[in-house]
Order: sequence, then structure tokens, then C-alpha cells
Amino acid sequence: MDKKLADIFNLFPNKQREDLIPLLQKIQEKEGFLSEDIILAVGRYLDISVNKIYGVATFYDNFRFGPHGKYHIRVCHGTACHVAGSQNLLIELEKQLGIKNGESDKSGMFSLEVVSCIGACGLAPLIDVNGEYYSHLNPQKVRDLLNYFRENHNSIYEE
Amino acid sequence: MKNNHSDSVRNFLINDILLNPQREKNVEFQKRLSFIGRERLEKPFIYVGYTSCSIPAGAKKTYEAILNYLEDHDLNIEVVKGGCNGYCKTEPVVDVQLPGKSRISFKNITHDKVSLFLDDILNNNVPAEMVLGQFKNEIHQKWEGVPYIDEIPYYSHQKRILMENCGITDPVSVAEYIARGGYQSFSDTIMKLTPAQVCDVVEDSMLLGRGGGAFNAGQKWKISLNTISDQKYFICNAVESDPGSYMNRVMMESDPHKLIESILIASYAIGASKAFIFTRSEFSMSIERLKEAIHQAKEYGIIGHNIFDSGVNIDVIVKEGARAFVCGEETALINSIEGKRAMPVSKPPYPAIRGHLNKPTSVNNAETLLSIPLIMKNGKDWFLSLGNKKSKGTKLFTLSGKVKNYGTIEVEMGIPFTDIVEKIGGGMSGKSEFKAIILGINSGSYVTQKTLDTKVDFDDLKKIGSALGSGACVVVDQNSCMLDLAKFFTTFFKNESCGKCIPCREGTARMQEIIDSATRKPEGGKSYQTLERFKGIMQLKGMADVMKDTSLCSLGKSAPNAILNTLANFKNEFDAHVFERKCPAGVCRDLRTYSIDVDLCTGCTACFKKCPVDAIIGAPRQPHFVVQDKCIACNACFEACKFNAVLVE
Repeated sequence: MDKKLADIFNLFPNKQREDLIPLLQKIQEKEGFLSEDIILAVGRYLDISVNKIYGVATFYDNFRFGPHGKYHIRVCHGTACHVAGSQNLLIELEKQLGIKNGESDKSGMFSLEVVSCIGACGLAPLIDVNGEYYSHLNPQKVRDLLNYFRENHNSIYEE
Repeated sequence: MKNNHSDSVRNFLINDILLNPQREKNVEFQKRLSFIGRERLEKPFIYVGYTSCSIPAGAKKTYEAILNYLEDHDLNIEVVKGGCNGYCKTEPVVDVQLPGKSRISFKNITHDKVSLFLDDILNNNVPAEMVLGQFKNEIHQKWEGVPYIDEIPYYSHQKRILMENCGITDPVSVAEYIARGGYQSFSDTIMKLTPAQVCDVVEDSMLLGRGGGAFNAGQKWKISLNTISDQKYFICNAVESDPGSYMNRVMMESDPHKLIESILIASYAIGASKAFIFTRSEFSMSIERLKEAIHQAKEYGIIGHNIFDSGVNIDVIVKEGARAFVCGEETALINSIEGKRAMPVSKPPYPAIRGHLNKPTSVNNAETLLSIPLIMKNGKDWFLSLGNKKSKGTKLFTLSGKVKNYGTIEVEMGIPFTDIVEKIGGGMSGKSEFKAIILGINSGSYVTQKTLDTKVDFDDLKKIGSALGSGACVVVDQNSCMLDLAKFFTTFFKNESCGKCIPCREGTARMQEIIDSATRKPEGGKSYQTLERFKGIMQLKGMADVMKDTSLCSLGKSAPNAILNTLANFKNEFDAHVFERKCPAGVCRDLRTYSIDVDLCTGCTACFKKCPVDAIIGAPRQPHFVVQDKCIACNACFEACKFNAVLVE
């Protein structure tokens, strides 16, 4: 078992069932997603069957089983954002990126996720890219934003 | 040196304030308190509203710019990352207090304005266009020509009791919280009252649960208290996953100590030695500040073993949920804490008798709890004097949507919704016309033009078929389609249904299909779709009744409300979609009709080539034509046309 994982396990010495969700959250925070090997290791550590762990992990929206794109775009789709037109943002993003909710594009650069409410309704409609909020958007601004990311990404890549 | 100072402050606050019943009579103590609480100052002080919604508005850059300015000018001024004043439109907010002068609040201080603004205010000039208002305080000299903050319409119609510290104190300073009267209710309670007496006070104060159940909090506690067990638990429900509401997040970020004090009193009242705060993992700043506040309270001996030598043990733990709407249901929440799937279980036995790990557990909404320290401090009669009829106290709302002023507001129960929209919200923004207020997804209810004078009151809202709900208060205008919103709600419920009981799992999915069919064009000319659509609409009401009667938890029971309320209040919009196949607000993309203006069309065939269903006919250099029966309203022709010849209705 690799060291990083062992360090996380050591934070939960009691090995209780109630440690399962915090443990998975901690691992995802460090690793980015939950891989098959990780879930097997968690099962062995907590002595819970892998079936049950998958059962829990797939139930919650928080957990993912594959890596994110370099730019992870979360579109807020709360009531206030919906009224302000977040649906149009989503349509624009899907069209521009060629991916749907929950997918990553082939180059691994962008991934798209719809979340129910980020909790910043005063800034509606907004999206969150890698933890940074972009507020009061419209489809045109979304296009500009994506172009900005693409250009910056290329320059980093060429260097 | 600094450690000695903080030790002396701690000893003073604990021994002379918290544990001293005569604290209010001692003038010396009160004077020292006013310095710790920053009511009096020795040196200037700057306060930046720094919360998760002000950062995207620019607070982080402002904060850094202020630090840079102070460093450049070599000024010794304390800068504090503060909480939220609840007025989202004014962010980023910066407060400045100079010794001997009233504290003054400035709005929209983006980082580029910082140096200009600090130049002015530190030289005793007030930059008028940036002023929000000044705070009333008798001991200070007031600024001439600056309005008082509580006389601004946005604030003057509110009743800020729970939010008294929001945007004013340092959220993660236990000393400041105690200096402003905090933790005093808790220390008095555990010293003077028995748990049963606390339950009595809360029950008599008629504090009803704000989560949606509207159950008397004191009664709930009594059940837990009277169940014999070696271990009891208390859970504070701060999940707040209803889209459009974030009052609890604002409270946790701006005044975490108040929530902790409330939880401590509640835990004492039911005899719990372990309390959980269950919140969402996305609220990273709330979690950070709550954990810091718990750490500080432990240092002061307010949380932990044998608190103030009273023999009371209470531990408070923050739990991060993993995102599931159903976690708002108390039994599902307990399952989630136990590390299982968040699925509700049938009641009874109620969690108050058999909850977390089969021990008596009281689950209360964070907003309900926040009133507790004030009730214990000021007495039940004070609380009974607030509000009207059976609904007592105040209610927090998240006001958003098409109003001029938006943010987190606190109003006294019994205020009509007109006042919220017109006086606090400042009326509709721009050319918007009022259509409805959406009171949260979990209640699925609307306040319409006809019922706008309804009061914020549990019973009055029930009369118009609504419920107080989560505290979301989204104002929509004529540009919103109510059927589109109903679709949004049903899709949300379909995604969030946990799948345990059939009425909810199947009902939400079928309802979503039916509403979807009403807002969509039939594809490929399958004629039976029309029949299905009519049949679906006819069956909606029956299905809603079944879901309401037989669903296991309140998620399934409240899921049909949005549809029923839309049918009751906006039948004309329903009819327009179902019979005329038109969306009056022009929101439902699929119901738009496309046509080509013969005079503008040059016959370039761009649209003809783009049309995925061959619904456009016409020869090159001749005006084209849209075949309505084939059109699927994909908008491709509109985007393809360079001559604005495609018309959309």
C-alpha cells in the first residue's frame, strides 16, 4: 500500500463504519478520484465489503471514479441561477466543448458538471472553474472564457 | 508578551464575565469589555467582509490591496477578515472605525478604489459616493452628513436579531463574541437551570422548527430528555441543500460561535454529551471557521469535559456531508453520519427516541437553534412578543432574483411579502414585472400577485397552499416560464430521490416525463405522443395525491407540490403549453416556432444545409420556407442565417 494512502488511513484509527465517508472524502481530496485499487484498500482497512463501499460512494454526488479535466467547470443550476438563465450557459458549454454533464473531453482539458446550488445567488448565473467563481455570465462571456483558457493552456504547453 | 496578554483576557472573560452573575453592575468590567468587543478603540481598525460569496465579488483582492497600502504607508492598523453584512449588492464591503468616531461602512470597494478611499477616510474625509452608512453609537462622535445604516430601507424594515453580529464582529474571535454578550446565556443556563427547565422555557416560547416541519423545538427535546439512555446525541442540521437558500452558510461564516453556543445549550437540555454539526462539504469556509471556533471554545473551556466545573461534558464535531438533497431528512441524515447511504427510514420510532446508533438523538435545523441563546438570555416573554399569532420570532430569507436589492435578510414573523419585495427588495429591477416568489424547492410553493399580501406566518401560508419552506425567496418576473420552473423542480426531485420507496422514485420520474412532454415538440411525427401528453396532464393530480399519501419521507411528500401549485396558480400558462403549444414567456426553446422572412432571405442555402431534419425547403437564390410539422426547433437555422431572415416566435 502506498505511503500517501497509509497516512490517510492513520487519521482514522478507530476503523468504524462511520469513518467511511470522511475517509473517502479525504482520499478524493488527495487523489482526485476514487480508483478501483483505492476502494479495495479501503475495504480491507475498514473491513467492509467492496459492494457496500461502492453502494455508498455511488449514492452521493460528491464522489467520482475517474479523473477531472484540467479545467473542471461546475455550472450552478440553483433556482436563482435557473431564473437568471443558467440553462443557456449549459447549452453553450455543451456545444462549445462537445461534452455533456459529467463527462470530460478527449484531450482531458475540460470536464463539465452541473451542481444544484453553489450558494452565491447574488452573483447568478455563475460557474465555478477549479474553485474560482465567474459571475453574471451570458453565453458570449462563456465563449470568451473558454477561449481564454484554451489560449493560456497552449502557451503553457508550448513552453 | 502576547501570550500573557491573551491569557489575561481569557481569565478575565471566563472568571469575571461568564462565571460572574454580577457582571453587568461592574462599570470597570463593562469598559474593558467594550475594548475587547471593539466598541471602543485605541487604534484605527479596518474590517473587510470576507465570505465565500464576497470573494468572487472581489473581496480577496481588496483585502490584499489594503494590506499593501498599509505596508507602503507604514501604518499600524488592524485589518480583520470579517463576516457578511447580508447585503450582497454592496460587496465588497469595507468598514472603517477611527478612535472616538462612529464606525462607517463603505460599499463596492474593489481593489482599484482602495488607495483613493483609504487616502480620504484616514484623513477624515468621507468619500460620499462609496458610503453605505454609519453605525449608531452613543459613545462616539458621529460623521456629519452620513446616513445611519439602520435607516437605509434595506435594513430598516428588517429585524436583525439572529444576525446582530453578522458583518460586525470578527467571526473567529471567541473573545469578541463573549465581549458582545456571547456564551453568557450558555454559562448562565448550565449554572442555574436544570435540563428540564431549559426544555420548559423553549417549549413555552413557541419556537417552531424552521426546517419545514414546524414542530415545537422544546417538545422535541423533552422526548429525548425523558428517554432513558446511557448516551444521547444532538445533531444540528446545517445541510441547506435547497437551491436558492444560503442563510445558514452566511450564519456559519459570519458568526460561528453563535451556532456553537446554541448547540451547547440544546445538548445540555437533552443531556447529550456529543453534538454533531452536519453541513455540506462544499461550504469549505463555513467548515474552516466552525472548526476554528470550536478550537477556540475548547481553549476557553466552553466545550469539553466538565465545563466550568459543572460536571457537564459536551463535545462538538463538524461532519461534512457528501452531497445528497435527501440528507435534509433527519433519519437519512443520521444514516449518512453512520457511514451508510442517506436513505430515510420509516417513523416511528422517532430519532428523539431511537436515532444515531439507536440512541436518543435530537435533530434540529441550524436556523431554529440560533434563536435559543436569545430566548435563554431575554426570557420566553420577550420571544413571545416577537412575531404574530402562533408564529414567533424572526425568519431568515435569502432574497434573490429580479429585485433591486438582494441578499440575506431577517424579518419579523408576520411581515407581509409585499414589504419584502417592495421595501427590502426595493421593488423589481429594470423593466421586470412581478410574477411570483418561489419559496424554495422543498415546499414547491409560490406567492403570486393575488396572494402577495400574505404574511410570513406558518398558518397564513398554509391557507394559500404554501409552506414557509427553506427560506429561499426567489422573485421571478414575466420572462420566467412557470412550466419551465416546474420542470426544473421535478427534474431536481427526480435526480435527488434516493430510490428507496416506489411512490417517490417512480412518481418523480413520471412527473418529470409528463412536464417534459408538455414543453417539447413531438419528434418524428409520432402521433400518439399527443395522446400521451393529454393523458399525462390529466393524471398529474391523481399521481400527486398518491405520492403525498404514500411516500416514506418528506422529499416524496413535497415533490408534487410544485406541480400542484403551478396548476392552481398558473393554469393559463399550463393550457398555453398543452393546447396551443406555445410558451407565453418564450423560455421553452422547443416550443418556439421558426419562419423565414421572404424579403430578407437571399437563398444562400446556409439554413437548408444545417437543418438536421430537412424541415427547410427551397432552391438556391430563392426564398426558403420552414415546414412547421417537421421542425424540431433546434435553433440551427437561426444561428446559420447571416441576414437575420429567420424569425423566432
